[in-house]
Amino acid sequence: MEQDFVMLSLPPLVIGICAAVACALPGNFLLLRRQALIGDAISHVVLPGIVAAFLLAGVVATGPMMLGAAVAALIAAVLIEAIRRLGRIEPGAAMGVVFTAMFAGGVLLLEQSSASGVHLDVQHALYGNLESLIWLDGWGWGALLDGQALRGLPPELLRMAGVMLAVAAFTALFWRALVLSTFDEGFARTQGLHTGALGFALVAVAAVAAVAAFDAVGSIIVIAMFICPPAAARLMTNRMGRQVAWSLGFAVLSAVLGYVLAGYGPLWLGYQNALSAAGMIATVSGIILGFAALLGPCRHPGGAPRGRGAE
Amino acid sequence: MALELVGRARIEDAVESPLAIRGLTVSYGEKPAVFSVDVQFQRGQMTAIVGPNGAGKSTLLKAALGIIRPLSGQVTSYGRPLDEMRARIAYVPQRASVDWDFPARVCDVVMMGLYRDLGLLGRVRPTHRARVTACLERVGMAGFAGRQIGQLSGGQQQRVFLARALAQDADLYLLDEPFAGVDAATEKAIIDVLKALKAQGRTVVAVHHDLATVPDYFDRVFLINTTAIAEGPVAEVFTPAHLQAAYGGRLALAQMGGAAAG
Repeated sequence: MEQDFVMLSLPPLVIGICAAVACALPGNFLLLRRQALIGDAISHVVLPGIVAAFLLAGVVATGPMMLGAAVAALIAAVLIEAIRRLGRIEPGAAMGVVFTAMFAGGVLLLEQSSASGVHLDVQHALYGNLESLIWLDGWGWGALLDGQALRGLPPELLRMAGVMLAVAAFTALFWRALVLSTFDEGFARTQGLHTGALGFALVAVAAVAAVAAFDAVGSIIVIAMFICPPAAARLMTNRMGRQVAWSLGFAVLSAVLGYVLAGYGPLWLGYQNALSAAGMIATVSGIILGFAALLGPCRHPGGAPRGRGAE
Repeated sequence: MALELVGRARIEDAVESPLAIRGLTVSYGEKPAVFSVDVQFQRGQMTAIVGPNGAGKSTLLKAALGIIRPLSGQVTSYGRPLDEMRARIAYVPQRASVDWDFPARVCDVVMMGLYRDLGLLGRVRPTHRARVTACLERVGMAGFAGRQIGQLSGGQQQRVFLARALAQDADLYLLDEPFAGVDAATEKAIIDVLKALKAQGRTVVAVHHDLATVPDYFDRVFLINTTAIAEGPVAEVFTPAHLQAAYGGRLALAQMGGAAAG
């Protein structure tokens, strides 16, 4: 039992938690900047990046594909900012233009690659394959202290944990500047902040988180985690620091509860098959958002808790 | 040596404007919003920027502060490039320019005025908190420090923005429509604070809408309608001829609006 858990469940759980946290953290700022769709946009634009990387490298390998995805995500981030500024249209429209165009380009490229006789698994991209990220050397809890066994950890785990730490470091370091420029960009500029560069850095960090999570757990979790935990957290509190704390709590809860429900939920109901963990994690985050929208203390416009009017 | 420095400082005080704009042109599209504007605001004075809607009043301020990029022009503050003088300049944006549903309390917003003091990672100390409290007291909002900003009325939100600017402890205060959509009590509170700033020798420049209150509130007027029309003491510049030049055929309407609001 213990060995089963450490070998089969611990790695996907930790990877799921890291992915959820890495996406939810920048999601808080993106949501308040009305750029929450960026997760959606990035997880679509990685398709042409992956296909292009495959066509160039000629093999299905993680390294080139992640590189291709990252390059595509960064190109998309630059294009979105450029269109938003030069075209003077709202961020949502700029994202819509860029990600549909790039996704469509990716589909065309994919047809080319299919013609060459190799099948790229689109379903894998969508749902990820969290359950397959197992740790065969994980013979028990003691393996966590066993250097030999640790070397056998799925590479996705270290990658995702590293990205999560980098995202957390970025958020902590630039916290004050991010809050200021998110609330009042004009004033932030008069304080000498380079708000353009900061906004782009935020999107770039989100892109890195999205690509890493996309590789490990699929795009459904990415899209859900950028939006659902921060949106639910906003309904729980009227303070930025607490919102981020709530969002992290919701992200972890979604990952754990989603993974457990996907693995054991059907058994409890008398079915034999397990469900997709990624799908269940995203679903749980949506349900949490639903509860927050119904019951959250700060869900009224203007953030006024019930019983205390604006004036 | 000391004497010489004092003497030099005094000459600079007299000569160098807190905000001097030369040849500023800003365009949002084909048509310039601000065209080749030259203006020097006077130290220690309260100046109103007045002109019809769409005359480029806010744009002038934003471009001067580097919030939007002008096509051309030079901006200096106290004789130095503006970027070097940011610590001496406070800015109050239009209230409607931000989302008041943002998860922040009144004291959080005022604390933003201390960004240059705190920097990226500086710790908030009791002196900082005391400064925030003092600034809220000056605008009559001391009891609201813990309130979420979305729960405030428009006038209260405007006062919070003013308190944030006060926290900067600047020499030059630039305000974009500080009296737009506020109640009478707030208008009084704001003008009292601005006059107190002037009494301390600081400079106030405000985009202002209400022609009726210009002579009561301000010492000087800068009239603009895409191009600069005139700048000077209220008695000299705030004349029918100049207003006609700034407002054209819309003058009658603007005056009626001003009288009604005043």
